[in-house]
Amino acid sequence: MHLTEVVNNGFLFLAPWLVFAPLVGLLINSIFGHKFSERGVGAVASLASGAAFVVSILLAYSVSINHGEVLRWKLAEWMHIGNLSLDWTFRVDSLSATMMLVVSGVGTLIHIYAIGYMHEDVRFKHEENRFRRFFIFLNLFIASMMILVSGDSYMMLFVGWEGVGLCSFLLIGFWFEMDTLARPSWANSDAAKKAFITNRVGDFGFLIAGFLMFWHLGSFQFDAVFENATHAEPWVIVLITLFMLIGVAGKSAQIPLYIWLPDAMAGPTPVSALIHAATMVTAGVYLVTRSAPLYSLVPQAQYIVAMTGAATALFAATIAVGQYDIKKVLAYSTISQLGFMVAAVGMGAYVAGMFHLITHAFFKALLFLSAGSVILGLERGHHHAEHARHAEEPKGKHKKAEHHDEHHEVFDPGDMRNMGGLRKTMPVTFWLYMIGTLALAGIFPFAGFWSKDEILLDASLHFTSIYWQLTIAAFFTAFYMGRQIWMVFFGEARHEAAAHAEESPKVMTLPLVALAVLSVAGGALNLPFEGYHNLGHWLGYTLGEVEGLPLNLQVAGISTALALSAIFISWLIYGRKPLKIGQPDPLKKPLGFIFTGMENKWFVDEGYFALIISPFKKLSQFLADVIDWKFWHDFVHDTIIFGTYNWVSSIALNDYADQKGIDAFANGLGTWTQNFSTAMRKIQNGFVRSYALSVLFGVVFILGYLLLK
Amino acid sequence: MVKVDYYIILSAILFITGALGVLVRRNPLIIFMSVELMLNAANLAFVAFANMHNNLDGQIFVFFVMTVAAAEVAVGLALIVQIFKAKHSINVDDINSLKG
Repeated sequence: MHLTEVVNNGFLFLAPWLVFAPLVGLLINSIFGHKFSERGVGAVASLASGAAFVVSILLAYSVSINHGEVLRWKLAEWMHIGNLSLDWTFRVDSLSATMMLVVSGVGTLIHIYAIGYMHEDVRFKHEENRFRRFFIFLNLFIASMMILVSGDSYMMLFVGWEGVGLCSFLLIGFWFEMDTLARPSWANSDAAKKAFITNRVGDFGFLIAGFLMFWHLGSFQFDAVFENATHAEPWVIVLITLFMLIGVAGKSAQIPLYIWLPDAMAGPTPVSALIHAATMVTAGVYLVTRSAPLYSLVPQAQYIVAMTGAATALFAATIAVGQYDIKKVLAYSTISQLGFMVAAVGMGAYVAGMFHLITHAFFKALLFLSAGSVILGLERGHHHAEHARHAEEPKGKHKKAEHHDEHHEVFDPGDMRNMGGLRKTMPVTFWLYMIGTLALAGIFPFAGFWSKDEILLDASLHFTSIYWQLTIAAFFTAFYMGRQIWMVFFGEARHEAAAHAEESPKVMTLPLVALAVLSVAGGALNLPFEGYHNLGHWLGYTLGEVEGLPLNLQVAGISTALALSAIFISWLIYGRKPLKIGQPDPLKKPLGFIFTGMENKWFVDEGYFALIISPFKKLSQFLADVIDWKFWHDFVHDTIIFGTYNWVSSIALNDYADQKGIDAFANGLGTWTQNFSTAMRKIQNGFVRSYALSVLFGVVFILGYLLLK
Repeated sequence: MVKVDYYIILSAILFITGALGVLVRRNPLIIFMSVELMLNAANLAFVAFANMHNNLDGQIFVFFVMTVAAAEVAVGLALIVQIFKAKHSINVDDINSLKG
């Protein structure tokens, strides 16, 4: 019996290596990394992440040979207090295995890409010893994410949840004291703090949900919670799910807590791709999917989740239209796509949400990494241009310039207004970017088409308002991606850096090719035809079998037509007449204040500043100046405590009492000791024989006493 | 058979002689000899009582006392030699560095 169990569980015993493989890589790099070359460090980190990917494959295989049964591997007891028992248990089912595959698979490709990217990035920033640190953080992230997706209880999930939050903070602030061109700046560390604090707000919601769960449902373990939830009162479940939604909004960047994600683009581009597009931000979607049995109990909460997602999808898509930074556009696009996923899981279309999560991981990682390639290409071009200019300058002048041969002019390599014409200088990146764009825009037959259509189809069947919001968001998606393509790759170079841009090395483009293949073919995971709902069937093991929907030509037709027309409109505006140097966005004039709103992110950050941050600052100032200093320090300490003490001592401890009482006693003790010693020292006369006599008398006395008593 | 009283009286006389010797003499060598006298007075008492009680414990104890006496003389003589080297005198009344 026991033996067959072990055999049947397949490779389950490998489950802890999901977490420990990246941790081993991290330890090797932190202890021995200083002896390795950059290639060595990158190889160790990539292999560690790759090992986690191999383990994920084996675990997925184990699930499939067990026909989707939930497999558990208890690694350690965490704490047992009263009737609360928390263990570190790995839960391997089709849902968590899917997440593991996405995280470690995309993660490994990004590790490999980062070897090439960081090699140049650390050199542009003159901080070559930070190369190792980057890979240590990346491995730590993979380990935390694995804890998150493999946990068997909400508490283990929360441990991973906080772990990835920490890694996100560390990596956003990776260049914490400089900007993209190594100029001193605190913008990056501010962005890191913003991300961390905003996520704290979300985590607060998650924690409250956890407390409620423990109080009313008596457990953190998934199955126990789901089981007990069926008997609990509905309002408890509504509260739990809604507080959980706050956590989801924080981590998965939904309204109202999405504001950290665009700023998170301050991190190096592989980080934006891995953490802030492909994996970490999907944790919220995973959380809702994991909690599907809870959400299914309360349709009201589901509706709120779906509305939040749909609103976010539309809102963020409009902002993306007005952005100039290549990564900011992608960041808002990520928020918008996360909105799609959250809307899907909110509607109960868990398979569609997870499907979009997977395909989005592919094409958004592809887009971000290609954007990184573009940015590096521009930085290379910038260097070439600078050096060429220095070579031409007269010698005397050249000498002076040598000391700070870096960039005097303000140049942002991420600004699309500085780009243009890159399709000729960076052809590989261009084609990869095109594939990513088409997948994101939802053009047939790329991966995004299938997954987005499944969400739209589910929405059209149940929630018309959500369907229309998402459809309009999809239109904007295609539009801003088209705008980006025309601005970045077509037309003429608007900056000498773009003119001199250079293609990236193979170590960066090869992982991109792999992602591009996945972005093209990823739709095959779950085709809307009878017998091809592979992902639906696979996730059905965990989420309950759902009927796969057939392709709806009307929904697919509308979305495709809208996407194509959006791309066409973007060509009319940005492609036909390419932007000139210094020319404002052609949409600025016709749209007027609407475009100003989009450009400035609808002033949400300013709103938060006025509504929350400045009152908070004023409150802090008040607490510091009035409560702490004036009341606590000046009044309580100085006036009351110090004054009272002074008063008491002046009465009770005046000179008379002090000198005649305390001093006299202390001095008297000293004098008496002195006198007594003077008397006693006479006994110590130094004659051995008198000591012997004393001993004799002593002995005689004691013996006499003993004998005569 | 001599009565045990005589042994005890002899032991007491020897002990008192030794004690007086320790107290009145200034030469440490003589003092040591007096100490030996006192120890042997005790030994004599031990043997006498052992004989009286027909018990060997007292005799065994005498061996211990003799061993201790030998060790004590060895240490004592070494001390005297060192004191003489330092002070060029072995008069016990001159050895009074600890005088208060």
